[in-house]
Amino acid sequence: MSDLNRRKFLEGSAGVAAAVGAGSTLFATSAQAQSITFKPEKGAKLRVLRWSRFVQGDIDAYMANVKKFTDATGIEVRIDNEGWEDVRPKAAVAANTGAGPDIILSTNDDANLYPEKLLDVTDLADYLGKKYGGWYPACEAYLRPDGKKWLGIALGSAGAMLVYRQSHVKAAGFDTFPKDTAGFLALLKGLKEKGTPAGMALGNATGDSLWTNWLIWSHGGKLVDKDNKVVIDSPETMKALEYGKEMYANFIPGTLSWLDPNNNKAFLDSQISLTNNGISIYYAAKNSKDDKVKEMAADINHAPYPIGPVGEPTESHLFFNQMIFKYTKYPQAAKEFLRFMMEREQFDAWLIGAGGYIAHPLRAYEKSAVWSVDPKNTPYGNAVKNMRPTGYAGKLGYASAGAGADFIVANMVAEAASGSKTPKEAMERAQKRAERYYKV
Amino acid sequence: MAAVLGPTVQRKRSILERFQNSPNALGWAFMLPATVLLLLFLTYPLGLGTWLGFTDAKIGRSGEWIGLENFSFLVTDSVTQLALFNTIFYTVVASIVKFGLGLWLALLLNKNLPFQSFFRAVVLLPWIVPTALSAIAFWWIFDAQFSIISWVLLKLGLIDRYIDFLGDPWNARVSTIIANVWRGIPFVAISLLAGLQTISPSYYEASAIDGATPWQQFRHITLPLLTPIIAVVMTFSVLFTFTDFQLIYVLTRGGPLNATHLMATLAFQRAISGGALAEGAAIATLMVPFLLAAIMFSYFGLQRRAWQQGGDK
Repeated sequence: MSDLNRRKFLEGSAGVAAAVGAGSTLFATSAQAQSITFKPEKGAKLRVLRWSRFVQGDIDAYMANVKKFTDATGIEVRIDNEGWEDVRPKAAVAANTGAGPDIILSTNDDANLYPEKLLDVTDLADYLGKKYGGWYPACEAYLRPDGKKWLGIALGSAGAMLVYRQSHVKAAGFDTFPKDTAGFLALLKGLKEKGTPAGMALGNATGDSLWTNWLIWSHGGKLVDKDNKVVIDSPETMKALEYGKEMYANFIPGTLSWLDPNNNKAFLDSQISLTNNGISIYYAAKNSKDDKVKEMAADINHAPYPIGPVGEPTESHLFFNQMIFKYTKYPQAAKEFLRFMMEREQFDAWLIGAGGYIAHPLRAYEKSAVWSVDPKNTPYGNAVKNMRPTGYAGKLGYASAGAGADFIVANMVAEAASGSKTPKEAMERAQKRAERYYKV
Repeated sequence: MAAVLGPTVQRKRSILERFQNSPNALGWAFMLPATVLLLLFLTYPLGLGTWLGFTDAKIGRSGEWIGLENFSFLVTDSVTQLALFNTIFYTVVASIVKFGLGLWLALLLNKNLPFQSFFRAVVLLPWIVPTALSAIAFWWIFDAQFSIISWVLLKLGLIDRYIDFLGDPWNARVSTIIANVWRGIPFVAISLLAGLQTISPSYYEASAIDGATPWQQFRHITLPLLTPIIAVVMTFSVLFTFTDFQLIYVLTRGGPLNATHLMATLAFQRAISGGALAEGAAIATLMVPFLLAAIMFSYFGLQRRAWQQGGDK
């Protein structure tokens, strides 16, 4: 899908959302315009494989919705949970052996690995899109790669935002959280001077090292261009790496070794006052049994990633999709299940249950109570809106998946930041490594 | 009876009888279940793994034969080269340290100590604890922010900032080796202890009468008689270390800057996380020559001593 298309779509759907939003209640207005029904097959039973919850509220609300579906339709649904990193290989095997769960909730570019094995859900996606204010562009990039056919239904994303201690940011001389990269670097320096440094993972952390994508994109660098040509070795990347080097110099020592849990631990122990993370740190602090940690929750706040020289948000988050496999014996029941789960009555309850951990893929849910009930949740509501797909700006598939899993960008940033290689060397190495993946 | 049942049955029985009395046929028959198991669960996966390394298979997508392409890429791939170096460094250093400390421990435990059985049991503990669990413990011990080692040294005033155990490439290599050694020593120590106990005390008595020093006893009695056990133990130890996965995966996932990526962890990262099954299989296959070399070395270098064959030294 070309940039032009995406932008046009963005404008169009923003208009729709604005017009609808001006009405009395958003959901009621658009619901009248749309209806769709799928007739589940007789005796249908469904098996769903999803990633394990990150927060308890997610699975509780999800299972409540599943029960509602079974009560309403009589269709038995079995839900299996697996760690999100294990779902990916299982989904690939299911796709290619033609046997397994009817529906898989997986991550990132999975649907692009075996598009021909997935049930076309264009009717459902169009219906949901029209009813709920339109899909964000990232959803289309992931699930509608040819701009026509939908390979799956977007579920949302586990947004990672900047998590910080308000009092420490203030002490460093910032009344509001900086919105651009220049201000952000000044903040990092201020925090370090005050002895309350920031820290972001630079080890092989599958989730929390995604900030390195933001770093490169915010300065105009990218791994590949629209035609999947590797272009990471560029002046823009160079600027990003130099910026990253300055960030690292102001981090707490040890971030090169950090895996996904390290920043959570360090933050909750007050060793760092700023990091990138899902809402889980705040969620854990708020629900902690330790009074000191609970107190900290009042001082925790969140902010979106600052905008770099490119002038627009360039965030990178873990994206969730829902895929129905062609081999399912009950395609109509499967579609009906996804429709049911994505309708406001269920989806909104799920968003609220997940406590802000999951960001919605459909614009109408910007109005969801989860984003207003606690202003600290609000930044996470824009995760899908501000997100670029992994493998930006190229096409998604085995190459983007492989390059991501091999930590090419994260390693490059870590090498340059730590000074183990010059930015130029790090870039050239990343270029070579990425070319291998994009060669096929 | 034979007359009642007729000639056919008689012939049948005689075939059965012949079968039962034939050592060859029986031998094969008894070996069959084991052969099937070995072929099915050992040879087939190994063959499949090797074959995959010569294809372009992705997870769930069977590949086409592409010959040596994976290998020719891997030998030029800087991360694979680094992983190979890491693996060899990790194996050599960890194995030598494990051997030295393990032998020392075995010699100590072989003496008549009070609470002998208790100590022997305690020594086995690191081996009994599941690797993933002990790795998590080490992960905390080596944590950049919460390390107890750093904390103690800081309180003692010996350092002024926390040691970056897993964040600096060489620190990380040494730290992972220490964790591996801790875990691997019991195997070496207990096996060597078993070997030590098979050495007849009369050798020591005889040598003592001849005026041999403890060092001479060790050098000329213990060591030569222990060599076959050492060969076996160290072969296994090298194999375990060379193919280590869990420890690295928990501690560093191969980081920082891929400084602790071993062949096994890299193979997993490429094959399962990255979906490039064939490339991961090729990395795993690349380990085979090194493993074979290690086995050959211990087999020819240590095990087949002339005295073992009954000849003179």
